[in-house]
Amino acid sequence: MYDFFIAPFAEFEFMRRALVGMLALSLGAAPIGVFLMLRRMSLTGDAMQHAILPGAALGFLVAGFDLFAMTLGGIVAGLAVAIGAGVVARATELKEDASLAAFYLVSLALGVLIVSMRGSNIDLLHILFGSVLALDDATLILLAAFATITLGALAVVWRPLVLECVDPGFLRSVSRAGAPAHIAFLALVVLNLVGGFHALGTLLAVGIMMLPAVAARFWATDITRMIVIAVALAFLSGFGGLLVSYHLAAPSGPAIILVAGLIYLVSLVLGPVGGLRRRFAPGRHLEA
Amino acid sequence: MLTRRLLLAAALACAVTPVTAQEKLPVVATFSILGDFVKNVGGKRIALTTLVGPDGDAHVYSATPADAKNVAEAKIVFTNGLGFEGWMERLVKASGTKAMVVAATKGVRARRAAGGQGKDHDDELDPHAWQSVANAKIYVANIRDALIKADAAGKAEYEGNAVAYLAELDGLDREIRTAAAGIAPARRKVITSHDALAYFQADYGIQFISPQGVSTESEASARDVARIIRQIRAQKIPAVFLENVSDPRLVKRIADETGAKIGGTLFSDALSDAKGPAATYIDMMRHNLRQFAAALMS
Repeated sequence: MYDFFIAPFAEFEFMRRALVGMLALSLGAAPIGVFLMLRRMSLTGDAMQHAILPGAALGFLVAGFDLFAMTLGGIVAGLAVAIGAGVVARATELKEDASLAAFYLVSLALGVLIVSMRGSNIDLLHILFGSVLALDDATLILLAAFATITLGALAVVWRPLVLECVDPGFLRSVSRAGAPAHIAFLALVVLNLVGGFHALGTLLAVGIMMLPAVAARFWATDITRMIVIAVALAFLSGFGGLLVSYHLAAPSGPAIILVAGLIYLVSLVLGPVGGLRRRFAPGRHLEA
Repeated sequence: MLTRRLLLAAALACAVTPVTAQEKLPVVATFSILGDFVKNVGGKRIALTTLVGPDGDAHVYSATPADAKNVAEAKIVFTNGLGFEGWMERLVKASGTKAMVVAATKGVRARRAAGGQGKDHDDELDPHAWQSVANAKIYVANIRDALIKADAAGKAEYEGNAVAYLAELDGLDREIRTAAAGIAPARRKVITSHDALAYFQADYGIQFISPQGVSTESEASARDVARIIRQIRAQKIPAVFLENVSDPRLVKRIADETGAKIGGTLFSDALSDAKGPAATYIDMMRHNLRQFAAALMS
């Protein structure tokens, strides 16, 4: 038991760092994922993920594997696409998903172009696949800072955000906080994707954001509880994925996401809220 | 691109210019390090074409029609031998050349390729003999003899060049031995993914340990990283040269966690281009030596 679960982390610092990084990432990304899911924006994360690529690539082109440059580039590019899509959606006939699709596709193509200018495509792979095994102090502090900002900001915009999930029409009739809250929320999405991209790479970061959130949906009806469960499941995925990577010599990023996927499947089947078990083996009918 | 254009230009030039008595002796060398030897011995009397240029991998190379033309027109084709250029035999045959084919390693005491790491070499022998300066001198002697045989008129010049170059190599050999002796015996160990340094290890006593379970192509797993770290700790290895773990962040993490130093770039199978740190064989050996010394001296 000890050998299997604890020893890898006790013996190797890089495993402990990876675990801490996953904890920070779970605390920030999972709640964001829950809101994305509740607002039916589950695929937005995916689109935004591609949108931050050119920024990160530009940072990489200018400064190589430099944490600050790649982070800044990613955030700027992500915000530009998020706000650009939002503005186009509000100002024109186009719906938000359509304008987002347009923006992120352009952005992705630009990113690939920029990365190719650097020449070697090995570099591109490393941008896309990150490395949770190689978190240094600066990256860990960055991840922790993002998680802190996310939790603080969520506390501030909590009420309008929840209301907009449930009844946007009502929110609009009683308050004008909807639009600022929406923008702040998109900014948080970008922030957490950039963080996730340092740990897992651009392709997998969105996985740790969405999969635990979607899985948590099967375990709770209450949004607060759902968020707590999502964070726990995300961290569990990180822990399990690292163990899989350690014991089975699997690449760590995909291992973490696959464990999250497994948790999702289990939740889908066994979850008490709207899962398959409820559908095919309903509980006893309650009688008043 | 430029080199290819030069090769084409050279091929065209060969085709157009009529052969005269003053024509330089056309010779071909298969890869950059061998080319450097040939250039040093042949001097101005030869027109040298090197098939696999600087930074090129001579293990896997696909010959071009221009190469075949060069080989066909050459009087001597120098190869490393010991199974290094597997593609060369076919090229020689296909080009229909009448050139004398000389394996520069003739007379070298070949080492067996270390099991497991030498996946490029199907046969048993380790072809990277030039990593020992003593072997390099055998290369030079073979090249000198072959050039004299093909161009007896230049005998004096070839011999003169060879003597001068051999003296330089002797100096290099002494230099490496002195530098290696200056490193404490317990610290003469590095982890490197280069599998071409066995001759260097045999002659100069720096031990090269290959990292376990690391491949370039796939993303590293936690187990791979854990293995390397354990190995470095267990064998108390002071430095790592892990160029093929291409994620610099990961190499840095390994170094931080073990206290090992990160070494610079090594050149083992090919020279760098003229502006690089290893433009000639002697520069290459000096460069590698400096990298080892910098990483291993405490």
